[in-house]
Amino acid sequence: MLKYILKKLLIMLFTLWIIITLTFVLMVSVPGSPFNSESSSNEIVQQNLEKHYNLDKPMHIQYLLYLKSVVTFDFGPSIKQPNQTVNDLLGRGFPISAELGIVTIIVALISGITLGILAALRHNRIIDYAAMAIAVLGISIPNFILATLLIQQLSVNWGIFPVATWKSWSHMVLPVLALATGPMAIIARLTRSTMLEVLTQDYIKMARAKGLAPWKIIVKHALRNALMPVVTIMGTLFVGIMTGSFVIEQIFAIPGMGKYFVESINHRDFPVIMGTTVFYSSFLIIMLFLVDIAYGILDPRIKVNNKEGD
Amino acid sequence: MEKILEVTDLHVTFATYGGTVQAVRGVDFHLNKGETLAIVGESGCGKSVTVNAIMRLIPNPPGRITNGKILFKGQDLTKLKEKKMRSIRGVDISMIFQDPMTALNPTLTIGNQLMEGLKQHHDVTDKEAKRRALEMLDLVGIPNPEERLKQYPHQFSGGMRQRIVIAIALICEPELLIADEPTTALDVTIQAQILELFERIQEVTGVSIILITHDLGVVAKIADRVAVMYAGKIIETGMKREIFYRPQHPYTKGLLESVPRLDTKGKLQPIEGTPPDLFSPPTGCPFTARCPFAMEVCDKVYPESTAMSDSHTVNCWLQDERAKKVLATMATN
Repeated sequence: MLKYILKKLLIMLFTLWIIITLTFVLMVSVPGSPFNSESSSNEIVQQNLEKHYNLDKPMHIQYLLYLKSVVTFDFGPSIKQPNQTVNDLLGRGFPISAELGIVTIIVALISGITLGILAALRHNRIIDYAAMAIAVLGISIPNFILATLLIQQLSVNWGIFPVATWKSWSHMVLPVLALATGPMAIIARLTRSTMLEVLTQDYIKMARAKGLAPWKIIVKHALRNALMPVVTIMGTLFVGIMTGSFVIEQIFAIPGMGKYFVESINHRDFPVIMGTTVFYSSFLIIMLFLVDIAYGILDPRIKVNNKEGD
Repeated sequence: MEKILEVTDLHVTFATYGGTVQAVRGVDFHLNKGETLAIVGESGCGKSVTVNAIMRLIPNPPGRITNGKILFKGQDLTKLKEKKMRSIRGVDISMIFQDPMTALNPTLTIGNQLMEGLKQHHDVTDKEAKRRALEMLDLVGIPNPEERLKQYPHQFSGGMRQRIVIAIALICEPELLIADEPTTALDVTIQAQILELFERIQEVTGVSIILITHDLGVVAKIADRVAVMYAGKIIETGMKREIFYRPQHPYTKGLLESVPRLDTKGKLQPIEGTPPDLFSPPTGCPFTARCPFAMEVCDKVYPESTAMSDSHTVNCWLQDERAKKVLATMATN
């Protein structure tokens, strides 16, 4: 198991390095500089600014400097946000984004799995059709459309929830709904199809032959096997939710990471782009790694294979 | 002898898109305490459906018990509420499935799967449950039970898994054990071991066994009585010796002739043709189309059962006095 984790860690570091390099290449190849919009500044001021931020140095030196900033996890000050370091921005934005992301994934998981199980247990009956209709809608409607619809109906017309910003639980409802619907639909469909398959397995019939209560058969015998594919896609879903939240954060004016991320690209705020990208990438890579580990815990067959090293 | 189970006029149908399949069409049989009854017949003849009906494990919809009685120790299982039925499953009647590779849940330990039935039905402590589980593993012949209890199904071979399935079925000390083709998925050497295990279990626990199989070798080894099923009906039933040495129904004879033997040479004699379509089963004897002795009456009227001895009955028109006369004259000519 330790060998497996070490191997995984090495691969993760390598992936991260590729992401950093790619981001750097993209960053320098896009035209424009952070100081373009400063109309008042003359040539000399520009040159001094560039010197201050090491932008006058040759490419490979800049690249190495970036690598150094990643290793020390100190991305220096932001170019555009006065008197703030990149770490300040991350420290302020990430908890909010993480809160949104985690609440969303919990809502999506609970509602998606419940919907999927109900649909499977009432296969080809009204509940099944209703659940799958909801799922198809959820997959088809992009979250930014859903977000505006929700704001229009629930906040503007009916006034149940606040329109935007991030202050209390009631502020959370609309962005979470908008963000969770897509993943929920995917989870519901997946749970339904694997559940239907698992319910025909011999070990379910065997559990019934033991005289177990129906809920026990579902929870203990069926669900655990049915959730295997759901765990597999959890990593990808999480990535989807985190990147999807960029748009949602913009729509609901939530001061999370997404806001800084989008702004930094528009402003060519190099340290912030680098910092957020590296931070996000490592976060997502770690999430995917955790999913791998969870898979081994859920399915004993996988753990053993790793132990034996094949 | 005390009858533990008595099935009368059992009918089971399945509603499908193509119509209603009459899988079991009026089955009568009984099981005495402590004996082993083998139900034999080819695939699709309704033997599995019959025993699943006894366990009330027929998925509804599409399946339905449309008629008949299943008397288990005097109470009719077809009339029981699902909740009451649950307290009988695993406790009074247990079932063993065909394929041990799929009958165990891959994500739960053997110990967990062994003990859960016991914990469901009896108020036992974890320690007591574990003691029982170890006892069962020992009974079915699994070495190092203490260690094996913590392992998962994929760490066992097919034969070992079938032993575990048997242990699970027996842990609540049922009075009736239904084994649905328990050796079909195993290789031959393991088959023999499992059959010996059945014999030993019956000696130790006195459990009554219904064994479903299409393998007459299995029947010869462990059955006391045999019921031959064809197209949803039991067409001949009797003690093992009676069925093997004095088979009366042409189908039973055909089955016996289609077993390869060491002491005769020549080609194997298969039964020609295929079983009838159970969407619209024939009104007469369903074997008519394949029967070398078919008469006009066979196709029209289903034969009553004829008693050959106290234990041996057969449903065939050849047993009718008039047919015997015809056969006798044919033989003399």
